[in-house]
Amino acid sequence: MPAAGLSTAHSIVEPTPLARRIAGTIVIAYAVLALIPLVWIGLTSIKSPPDSISYPPKVLPWVDFEPTIEGYCNLFTTRSRQTPEYIASLPPADDRCEALARGKGMVVVGPSNYVPRFVNSVVIAFGSTVLAVVLGTLAAYGFSRFRVPLKDDLLFFILSTRMMPPIAVAIPIFLMYRELGLSDTRLGMILLYTSVNVSLAVWLLKGFIDEIPREYEEAAMIDGYTRLQAFVKVVLPQATTGIAATAIFCLIFAWNEYAFAVLLTSGSAQTAPPFIPIIIGEGGQDWPAVAAGTTLFLLPILAFTILLRKQLLRGITFGAVRK
Amino acid sequence: MAEVRLEGVTKRFGATVAVADLTLPVGDGEFVVLLGPTGAGKSTTLRLVAGLERADAGRVLIGGRDVTRAPPVERDVAFVFQQFALYPHLSVYDNLAFPLRAPARRTPADVVDRKVREVAALLRIESKLANRATQLSGGQMQRVAIGRALVRSPAVYLMDEPLSSLDAKLRAELRLELQRIQRDLGATILYVTHDQTEAMTMATRIGVMDRGRLVQLGTPRQIYEDPDDTYVATRLGQPAINLLPARLFEGTPMPRGTATVGARTEHLRITRATKGHAAGRVRWIEHLGDQNHLHIDVGAHKIVTLAEPDAGIDVGDPVDLALVGALWFDAAGARIRAGA
Repeated sequence: MPAAGLSTAHSIVEPTPLARRIAGTIVIAYAVLALIPLVWIGLTSIKSPPDSISYPPKVLPWVDFEPTIEGYCNLFTTRSRQTPEYIASLPPADDRCEALARGKGMVVVGPSNYVPRFVNSVVIAFGSTVLAVVLGTLAAYGFSRFRVPLKDDLLFFILSTRMMPPIAVAIPIFLMYRELGLSDTRLGMILLYTSVNVSLAVWLLKGFIDEIPREYEEAAMIDGYTRLQAFVKVVLPQATTGIAATAIFCLIFAWNEYAFAVLLTSGSAQTAPPFIPIIIGEGGQDWPAVAAGTTLFLLPILAFTILLRKQLLRGITFGAVRK
Repeated sequence: MAEVRLEGVTKRFGATVAVADLTLPVGDGEFVVLLGPTGAGKSTTLRLVAGLERADAGRVLIGGRDVTRAPPVERDVAFVFQQFALYPHLSVYDNLAFPLRAPARRTPADVVDRKVREVAALLRIESKLANRATQLSGGQMQRVAIGRALVRSPAVYLMDEPLSSLDAKLRAELRLELQRIQRDLGATILYVTHDQTEAMTMATRIGVMDRGRLVQLGTPRQIYEDPDDTYVATRLGQPAINLLPARLFEGTPMPRGTATVGARTEHLRITRATKGHAAGRVRWIEHLGDQNHLHIDVGAHKIVTLAEPDAGIDVGDPVDLALVGALWFDAAGARIRAGA
């Protein structure tokens, strides 16, 4: 593609302006469609419980409904109903959440489980991602550079672990974890997500490492480095794009995983996905709190994706075009 | 610097024999060029010396030490790759410093700096030291690649077609530079190319390779003037040697058993035929400026030779050929030496 300004000639491989406009319209339409649920979750998190389930729905903040942080308060706290006399006897509320609770005849009695669940999610998702990427990088390097017996069969076997829905093995894993004492432990969840992700990591990273010419390592090894040192000094820096893309795919899976989390965690190792939907308020589901929990839960992955979006794009299209 | 010896080295890749029973001595301070077409086993030979491949049979000795089974790091060789292999994530400076900073060498930082600047000055890339390796032109990249070998003082420099991706002008320049460096450092260099000019101009000795075998080893003059067979004879010479059946030169005295006559341009006297009968006819003339390439049809055979532009020969002219000394080959292509 000629650089802008160098040539005004129209290349036949470039889309016409009309085609560009049509493509742009479709992309924007899809983006809007895809963003509606996210926007709705964000809006719901700043509604009061009655507003969140009113019909017809209230859409515009400050016009249709008055925004409130009640959802976030309910997300982070547990409250209990008290008699008006008792509430009146208390000293004045020292924060907004306490004040909101008292307005509804309740007092804050302590923090909710959201923060520990969120921390579990962080530990498990990042832990399994690091493990999957490290193992994947080493395995991919091995498959890429060495003559491994039955290489093609092994690679196919690794890929085949992705061919069934993971939940199909839920019962065996549940039983196995119970026997091994891994149920409801962070270690158990890290191992589980790593084993699911490592196959993806091997395949993605093998593609990236295959693209790095071996001459680099050969040059380094002649220059006085061992293979491991050459790997660290020469291969890893050139594979960072691939490693970043792989990491984000693994992280998204582990972060969002729901089915195994419901099945295998209930207490100390429970992650945020099974916790958020069961936040109960007075008289049923506390939708603003659920939405608040979901909104906060989306932020880390959003930040991570934006930070690494270039690598991610290349990760999706890798192998399609060679420079 | 040290001498390098390959003794009966064989290397197979599956069913293919890349190098077959190769014995090649490279003397201390010698510039040996391996010449041959693609697939002749030149690069594999170099990689065997470097330790990037392991010989299936035979021995590799560097400085008298048997390194057949030693890993590359223990061999003390420097390698210049055809595709440069500059580390794209490092600056030119760091690329040059890379071998010196190797854990196996542990060079003090001030020595590294001095060496890098010395080599950069030698190769005239001082102004590019801060650049990323990927922001250089092809010629600059190649000079950095050569520089990365020169920062060290290895037992032997191994160079795998280091000039092949450069344009003609740069190639000529770097050819001179390599010769100068080799002379100044007294370096032992084993150099692979399929370019006969590089082989002729730089080599102390040329080793001609064919299908994994070393066919002939000798000085450029020996290889050019005294080839052992037709294969070696066709490796050098521009235009290439003309191989013609002996019966075309009936009447010319030649050794018994001669089946093929090898006639280089200096062996041929071309004159305009004045009589009715002519040996051949000029089919085409390529004008190179200082010289012309004459393409002459002799019966069903084609001859290419040089002629002065003012020789007064034109396309379509009938010409007579005379041999002034030539190379004689038997039916199998082996050389029949005069007096033998």
